Amino acid sequence: MENLFDRLQKDIRFVEGLKACINCGTCTAICPAAAFYNYDPRKIAMTVQRNDEQELEELLKSDTIWYCGECMSCKTRCPRGNTPGLIIAALRGLSQDLGYFIESEKGRQQLAIKRTVGDWSVKHGYCLYLEGVGTDLHPEQGPVWDWIQKNWSEVYKRIGANYQGDGPGALRKIPEDTLDEIKRIFDITGATERFEKVEKLSAKKAAEMKMDIGEDRTSEYFLHVYNTNSNKHYRS
Amino acid sequence: MKIEGKRALWREYQKAIADDHYFYVRSCVRQTFFPGAEKAFIEIMKNRLGKDLYEEPIHTTCTGIAYHSDIVPLETTMTVVARQFALMTENGYENLAVSCVTSFGVYSEVLETWHHFPETEEKTREMLWKATRREFKKPANVAHASDILYKFRDQIAAQAVYPLINRHTGQPLRVVEHIGCHYAKMFPHKGVGGAEYPYVLVGMIESWGGEVVDYPERRHCCGFGFRQYLIQANRGYTFSNTKKKFDSMAPYKPDMIITNCPGCPMFLDRGQYAIAELEGITYGENGYGIPVFTFEEVAGLVLGFDPWDLGLQFHQVAVEPLLDKMGIPYDPAMKYAGSGGKFIGSPELPEVLKC
Repeated sequence: MENLFDRLQKDIRFVEGLKACINCGTCTAICPAAAFYNYDPRKIAMTVQRNDEQELEELLKSDTIWYCGECMSCKTRCPRGNTPGLIIAALRGLSQDLGYFIESEKGRQQLAIKRTVGDWSVKHGYCLYLEGVGTDLHPEQGPVWDWIQKNWSEVYKRIGANYQGDGPGALRKIPEDTLDEIKRIFDITGATERFEKVEKLSAKKAAEMKMDIGEDRTSEYFLHVYNTNSNKHYRS
Repeated sequence: MKIEGKRALWREYQKAIADDHYFYVRSCVRQTFFPGAEKAFIEIMKNRLGKDLYEEPIHTTCTGIAYHSDIVPLETTMTVVARQFALMTENGYENLAVSCVTSFGVYSEVLETWHHFPETEEKTREMLWKATRREFKKPANVAHASDILYKFRDQIAAQAVYPLINRHTGQPLRVVEHIGCHYAKMFPHKGVGGAEYPYVLVGMIESWGGEVVDYPERRHCCGFGFRQYLIQANRGYTFSNTKKKFDSMAPYKPDMIITNCPGCPMFLDRGQYAIAELEGITYGENGYGIPVFTFEEVAGLVLGFDPWDLGLQFHQVAVEPLLDKMGIPYDPAMKYAGSGGKFIGSPELPEVLKC
């Protein structure tokens, strides 16, 4: 079986993201995730550079790879031209390909990512779908957004958007034949396969945890991964 | 602030920005949270600057948010991007004008990947043909929408009705500029002024009469972090980083914030509401927040657009303190009206943040 390091090297982002890390820690100093989580991108670069299979497997099964916000601030500042954010993207891809993502609290959240921005992209043609971002899942959006959500047809008409309409404009309806094209792209480029893998392995984990996986954004397992925070992720 | 050294750095990072004939691609986030901003951009381009700008109705997401929350592979994103390029080619355009900063970063990443790994471009062309029977030419020019208004900033200034001046004091308004991370942090040479000292918004602010505020966390992320905001359990990441920025800028007493990314203004606006309600902290004057705007909204205000036509009622942080400073007239009774002035109620007031 191909080892993990070899698989990582097949990802262009890994090749581009890791030249030769000198362990200076500049990336950690600039990293918003390191300011919040017990997270150190310098250690990520060192771990993948060491090429220790057991260590890599532990990393792929850990919460650690899911802390990064992919802001790519590390790219700008690294004196060696590395991009820990790209290394993370490659690690996350591999963790999902191998099914390791279900082994960590933060990794299991991929089901919620799939059922929101993933599904919306292919079903509606937008990675953010107006009717999916209400104050039920986003209470921090506040009372103005709540008012907009309750009156969206009227409010968007007032502002000149083409909500659910034909032709151009903000929030226009994406025609079915276009959505068919997007679906075919997703089918042949690996997105559909990833979606199915995330659903299948999440169902397995949900069964282990004796939770209902359901099919939507209200199921027990969805809400569990969406809301659960063990609060073990921060610096002491 | 001594800016001579920064000006020298800005000059090292110039980019070509097409002069006319743009193929416009919308932003999933901007069209949802700031639809008036995209409308204003099109209005300014066509009717104030006399430019040709085309929107193809069947363009879609670039998959940027799904890509950066790692639920779609790079190959999928490259092929969806290739489809956008194909639509541009089919319509006879070669200059891409991008509303979203994440999309701008995605287009830049895809083109750079194809440049350094030509086999990926070949593979993408095969995938696109197989899925859609479409072919494409790569764009001659890729510009973020803020690059384009930067290019024409002096023409906008020449038509200014309300410059960025405090009408009560005659002094320039103090403006924080916030650049979306994916504008230039990944590819500094693709942004006006580079990643460390981006000039794209500074140029607009200076041209329109304002004064730029420098502060320690000026280049820090707004806090989005893709999966860190999308998942409720992670949202502490978002607003902790938002708070870090506000704690850093507040002592400099900015009158307003201007952003070029569609997500950042939403996080900086809603973040002030969340921080106020959770922590009891407000950052503006007298219990208000610091008003946050997109660059299109600010251009619209400078040009005399009605604030409610611009969609400023979509903001959680009240914009009226800034409108009053600029001397812009507005009808409070029409702020939350529906189409044709129809009464549709109004939002509840927050407990802490004054609105």
